[in-house]
Amino acid sequence: MEPLVSDVPSAPPAEAEGHPGPQPYANPYLAGIGLGLVLLAAFVLVGRGLGASGAFNSTVAWMSSKVAPDYARSNEFLASYLTGEDHPLKAWLVFEVLGVAAGALLSGLLAHRISVSVERGPRISVAGRLALAFLGGAMMAFGAAFARGCTSGQALTGGSLLNLGSWIFMLAVFAGAYAVAWVVRREWR
Amino acid sequence: MSAPFYKLGYFGDEVSLIIAFVLGVGFGFFLERAGFGSAKKLVAQFYLRDLAVFKVMFSAIVTAMLGVTYLAWIGYLDLSLVYLVPTFWTAQLVGGLILGAGFVIGGYCPGTSIASTATGRVDGLVYVAGFAVGTLGYALAWPLVEGLYTAGAIGPTTLPAALGVGRGLIVFGVVVIAVAGFAGATWIERAMAARDAAAAGRLAKGGS
Repeated sequence: MEPLVSDVPSAPPAEAEGHPGPQPYANPYLAGIGLGLVLLAAFVLVGRGLGASGAFNSTVAWMSSKVAPDYARSNEFLASYLTGEDHPLKAWLVFEVLGVAAGALLSGLLAHRISVSVERGPRISVAGRLALAFLGGAMMAFGAAFARGCTSGQALTGGSLLNLGSWIFMLAVFAGAYAVAWVVRREWR
Repeated sequence: MSAPFYKLGYFGDEVSLIIAFVLGVGFGFFLERAGFGSAKKLVAQFYLRDLAVFKVMFSAIVTAMLGVTYLAWIGYLDLSLVYLVPTFWTAQLVGGLILGAGFVIGGYCPGTSIASTATGRVDGLVYVAGFAVGTLGYALAWPLVEGLYTAGAIGPTTLPAALGVGRGLIVFGVVVIAVAGFAGATWIERAMAARDAAAAGRLAKGGS
């Protein structure tokens, strides 16, 4: 009987025909212009920009409201993401972020860049890298909450609208990252 | 004024959610095209080895900025109807510093973590879990963080309004800074590549 999962990977047909490995990334300026046109379309069609952290906030607020409805309504931060509609799929950014996943998957498939792997430098263990990924994610949740947006909703969107707070935020992001880069160099290099 | 379409009532909430998904597909597609599903590619920005984050970000900002400015100037887009996140400068300064530090530690930002998870990166998925737990932590800590959250309140405002100069001048300035930044970024990438090659050469000679 054939095992369902084989230990010996069989070469996919694409590789056998001479398409080995992932394709190189796009020219950064072309990818940036593409992103900028999507952002412009959002301004024209909907009157708002793109985002990401807001979708996380909506989802967490919705889950909290299922587990502890009274607490979620009494917590000012969570309640602000529960404005009348208590399902995350009703939130605009949640739909947008589902699209982000689909679009990235599409691009990754086209360029043979899908791989189940852990991104890390040569001097850190998988467990160490995953712990820092979790920590960095948790820190950024606080940063994005204070800033009312992340690299998408503040830096990209607010940056192109010349929003004062977004430009302050953007400069602070680069300052914070460069300040800490040396400390965590063993994670990446 | 013909746009923004949604705010002018050309379509309703349900259509706007379909548009949200379609725009998201475009957003995710170009993020992955640029290589931003990879934490190593993203953080290389902060070790000055690959400044694609800056190049992509500022190409996007300049494109969208010129687009809205032109569409507003010809009277097609009513900029006053485009949502502007209110400025709380202290909260956004501190939030930006924390987010920047978290970026180089976690390897992603919220949007790129979605792109990385969708293309199979396990660290991207763990980052997403960390962000969700952090969001819950922020909500639980609300009484402690509320003061900073509302610090530096100015309200919705733009650079031209705050600095008291014309929008055109700021737009021009951003374009100049971006183009100079692109040239500078490429110069830095080349200089660092040369430095790394020289270091590798010394290692090969000295080692063995």
